[in-house]
Amino acid sequence: MAEKILHAVYDDDDKLLAAVKKIKEADIDIEEVYTPFPVHGLDKVMGLKETRLAITAFMYGCIGFCFAIWMMNYIMILDWPQNIGGKPSFSFIENMPSFVPIMFELTVFFAAHLMVITFYLRSKLWPFKEAENPMPSTTDDKFLIEIKFDGSEKQIKKLINETDVLEIKLHSKKNDNDK
Amino acid sequence: MYTLTKNIKILSSLMMVSGFIALAYGFYSAPHSVEEAKEMVSSQAHDNYGSDDEKDYYDKSTLNENKNKSDHGEGHQMSHDEHVYHQLSNRPWSALYVSALFFFLISLGTLAFYAIQRASQAGWSPILFRVMEGITGYLLPGSIIVFVILILCTMHLNHVFVWMDPDVVAHDKIIQAKSGYLDSKFFLARAIFYILGWNLYRFFSRKFSIAQDKSDGISNHIKNFKLSAGFLAFFIVTESMMSWDWIMSIDPHWFSTLFGWYVFASMFVSGITTIALVTIYLKSQGYLKKVNDNHMHDLAKFMFGVSVFWAYLWFSQFMLIWYANIPEEVVYFVARIQDYSLPFWGMLVTNLIFPFLVLMNSDYKRVNWLIVMTGIVILFGHYLDFYNMIMPGTVGDQWYIGIPEIGGILFFGGLFIYVVFNTLTEASLEPSGDPLFKESEKFVY
Repeated sequence: MAEKILHAVYDDDDKLLAAVKKIKEADIDIEEVYTPFPVHGLDKVMGLKETRLAITAFMYGCIGFCFAIWMMNYIMILDWPQNIGGKPSFSFIENMPSFVPIMFELTVFFAAHLMVITFYLRSKLWPFKEAENPMPSTTDDKFLIEIKFDGSEKQIKKLINETDVLEIKLHSKKNDNDK
Repeated sequence: MYTLTKNIKILSSLMMVSGFIALAYGFYSAPHSVEEAKEMVSSQAHDNYGSDDEKDYYDKSTLNENKNKSDHGEGHQMSHDEHVYHQLSNRPWSALYVSALFFFLISLGTLAFYAIQRASQAGWSPILFRVMEGITGYLLPGSIIVFVILILCTMHLNHVFVWMDPDVVAHDKIIQAKSGYLDSKFFLARAIFYILGWNLYRFFSRKFSIAQDKSDGISNHIKNFKLSAGFLAFFIVTESMMSWDWIMSIDPHWFSTLFGWYVFASMFVSGITTIALVTIYLKSQGYLKKVNDNHMHDLAKFMFGVSVFWAYLWFSQFMLIWYANIPEEVVYFVARIQDYSLPFWGMLVTNLIFPFLVLMNSDYKRVNWLIVMTGIVILFGHYLDFYNMIMPGTVGDQWYIGIPEIGGILFFGGLFIYVVFNTLTEASLEPSGDPLFKESEKFVY
């Protein structure tokens, strides 16, 4: 049984949202949606699971915070004790206010960078990776819904034609992703 | 239309009556002579207060430094007792002043938030305009009360503002150099100027807002937009000067260039928190049906964000002074860390760490009881913040959160609740004529 791929192209995010809603209501699985920008509410309409990226960001932030404490303690107190602000106490806690900016920055640095890296790993992206989107104009002004299905396309086509669609393309094979 | 419920009336009048009694007791129990003060301190000296060494240090570092020098011949002990007497007799005044100022600044912070919404033509918030206008209803009574207290201070009924005392100024070169600005008449004239400007904006903005409900065009909306933009320019200058006058001048030797911003952050987050609390209360009573979790989410985001902003300013002020360690600057924090360590460090927990951890999660910003809990902690923490700004300069180490302080909170809290909810009854809770009302209703985060 050959797997077929259907591409429905839209030119507006509101039309796309309405179409996704309709397709979902008809109990048809959507493989992927390609958009030029993040469409508000699309994740909820598609029924995607909530991202856990925020939890990882919190953990990365905590790691950065601890790393900053360890680093400043090692550099400024243990390895080469410094006289900070004319108060030579050589104790971490008494010099702590001057380390707060560094703790803050490293918390943000770790949270941001590690979150981006996690995002790349999770979505299987790396430098020089070839683009996967089936139509280059989805990076410009078009929105595309990709549906994989077996059997007859009639019903799906009929349903999609009821939405405010710009163009429907049908590909009979998976590797047949010409533009 | 909202109608004032019996519960609110009973609650607010109970709070006001008990607060009034507590404040009256505070004034009654304050010492009326140096001897009485001496007795009060000696009977408590060994349980509550620090050792004499600390007091000596504190004395030298505060305003009476020059005074001490001048009558050093008669011995240090004499002026010390008088100093303690002033501190103890200041306590009920300071308790009154901190609470009066705090509730007034909540309403002023809300007014600034409201003006920002108007000037930026925000789409999410018009549904909450009437709640904000209700809270700013306290602006007029609150500003009159604060102004009356300031007049009483200039009449030498207390020593809250030491620079108003000609005896102190005569022996103090630093205050003498500032006497052009720190002058009682000029001080009151400035206060009238600020209060008049803020109240005029509130009066006209409210008028246009209600007129917009009934009109077909958007001319009132546009007038409000222009007025709000003008007000914000006026506000940021006068707010800064107000904070120097009414708060920073209590420690007249000390100064901080970002003090105005710091006070602003504190009143701003208190105002936003109060908007959230009043909104949740009204919703629980079955009003404001169109306000949903999306609006609460935005308010909670502001609570979170401005709490962090407050902490940023607090730390910026603290860290620079701590690092530079210049005696005339650092004395401000020495007094607070030595004598006020619990409220001083405690407010960092209530104002930063607690709201930061609770409101960080996106989902929690939609849980009303979490917002209420965090909101109460934030309001308490910012009361402590103003307490820490005012008390060290007026009562020194003779502080305690006791009957007069709690009485002040109860009295002005009760008055605040009554005035705010009474203002809410005056107009429809939905500004349905606002051109952005539809957008606000449909707002989805």
